[in-house]
Amino acid sequence: MPVKLPPAFSPPGTAASPRVARRGEERPAWIGVVDRIGDVWIVGVLGLMVLVFGLLNTQLFTKDAWLSISNYSVQFLLLAAGQLFVILTGGIDLSDGAILGFTGMVSGAVMQSMLNSHEGNVVTTVAGFLVALVLGALIGFGNGFLITRLKLPPFIVTLGSLTAIGAAPSLINGGTEVSNLPPQIGTIGTSAIGGWVYTTFLVAVVVTVGFGLLLHRTRFGLRTFAIGSNGLSARRAGINVDRHIVLVYTISGLLSGLAGMMVMANFNVANPLSGQNDELDAIAAVVIGGASLFGGRGHMLGTFVGTMIISLLVTGLVLVNVNGSWTEVATGVIIVAAVALDQVRLRLAER
Amino acid sequence: MEDQELPGGTDAGSSNGAAPAPRSGASGVVPTIAVRGITKHFGSVQALRGVDLEIYPGEVVGLVGDNGAGKSTLVNIISGGLQPNAGTISVEGKRVTFSSSLEARRLGIETVYQDLALAPDLSVWANIFLGRERSVKGPLRWFGWLDRKTMAKEAQADLDRTRIRIDSVNSLAGRLSGGQRQAIAVGRAVAWGSKVVLMDEPTAALGVEQQERVGQLVESVAGQGVPVLLISHNLPQVYRLCKRVIVLFQGQVVANLQRDDSTVDDIVSWITGAALGTKTP
Repeated sequence: MPVKLPPAFSPPGTAASPRVARRGEERPAWIGVVDRIGDVWIVGVLGLMVLVFGLLNTQLFTKDAWLSISNYSVQFLLLAAGQLFVILTGGIDLSDGAILGFTGMVSGAVMQSMLNSHEGNVVTTVAGFLVALVLGALIGFGNGFLITRLKLPPFIVTLGSLTAIGAAPSLINGGTEVSNLPPQIGTIGTSAIGGWVYTTFLVAVVVTVGFGLLLHRTRFGLRTFAIGSNGLSARRAGINVDRHIVLVYTISGLLSGLAGMMVMANFNVANPLSGQNDELDAIAAVVIGGASLFGGRGHMLGTFVGTMIISLLVTGLVLVNVNGSWTEVATGVIIVAAVALDQVRLRLAER
Repeated sequence: MEDQELPGGTDAGSSNGAAPAPRSGASGVVPTIAVRGITKHFGSVQALRGVDLEIYPGEVVGLVGDNGAGKSTLVNIISGGLQPNAGTISVEGKRVTFSSSLEARRLGIETVYQDLALAPDLSVWANIFLGRERSVKGPLRWFGWLDRKTMAKEAQADLDRTRIRIDSVNSLAGRLSGGQRQAIAVGRAVAWGSKVVLMDEPTAALGVEQQERVGQLVESVAGQGVPVLLISHNLPQVYRLCKRVIVLFQGQVVANLQRDDSTVDDIVSWITGAALGTKTP
């Protein structure tokens, strides 16, 4: 059997023909059942994890544990939401963690110099957000532009961005933290509504819901699926595929910029090391959430659950006194298990 | 008309084979599609050398020819996917130029591609409406909010009209059988193809029974007055469905045969060039 690489590894428009179920009129009913289990199994995994960690240490059910988990999930929710759009088109964005770190540092440096020249706190905060969002969107646009215009594989383009932009934060502010920030930034990071919901978590959830609706309820979302499912037929249907792909990478960059601000708010400093390797967790969350790296298949709810699974792992393993490195081991196992199950489902569906 | 250098022998072919005009043409009916002097080359390769072709309302016309004769190039030009180097296309007597397949589709020229051009991960209704999605009314329209209910209902109606049985228009296209997917591609073309439906090898991947279904579909489309241009290697099928058969040979129309005056063997001899007295390269 020939090995088929996901389209992220080949230039857009050259990917192998889409999978299509083989011919045959009848399919046994149990395959439909497997399909449906496939859609919800990940929620079951999350529930099981809550149960196991909770039984091992009931502290999991405390407010502190919840705040820790939800706080940790903020940046991954934002990155994964953008990553999902990209992966649905059959691409991949390896640069979103690097964009997070870079936009945070640039925004921090801008705000610091504005404060030094006695600008107001509110104006400075707004400017800081604008800088991060616009810069993130621009870098994402650049990714999309290179991918579509030069017909380069998304993997290569965003790997280049990851490498180049990932190094840039250490060139800003002498590579040290920027801590002279308006107090509003810290307030956003530490305030919790009713003591239970961090403002940053609320922002992440609202953004995820918003982009989930965009994905599953609008023309833009439908076309995102269509491009990843069969790019040629999307083109024949009159969809401007290149423009759409550029927009999708722009969204991913924009959300990475927002994530940069949220991380900065959380620690009340802009740290040049923020975001490193975050792209891998974001991709993991999307894949665990049932998205196919071949594009065309995925769901924002699944991505949400995938993000919560990764966040729960981190806090849960700390609660049961397991070395933090096991988090990565467990994440790796879950990624492979998720993709393996996905492949099994596909093969069953093609029966 | 653009005259191209012709290889020896085909000159005679184009004057004698393409001569008989279709009956409807004689009675002064305006052709739905008229193609005049279309040439197309890819680098130094001359794919089409001045093709003339007319399709009249309600006709099922076969377009046959050996591999490399230029069938797919011609279909791609009529459906707007390729632009000719010279020549004109008229739709109902009006000269048109297409810079994309979208423009051809806007004029009611629909194509069933050989690969069906379906997105397997999208529902049946989404495949039918892709690129022409309906939005809800009201402020949500600004976001491109889809009117899924209406599209599902209309998709169901489109498929019903062509007597295609799909259990649910909400099923994913990739989960359907080959025949059903074929039916969706044809149904979509029929639903939007108000002027003409081009079919490029629509039954190449199908079993005998499903080929019959597609054959019935072709006839029902033509029965509604929409002509069908059927590109196929399956000569018995072409012979059965098409009253008129156009033969392409080395980028030229060498024969325009009325089925009632010809046999399958006649068609074959035009395809191979034997009727021209030339040897196939």
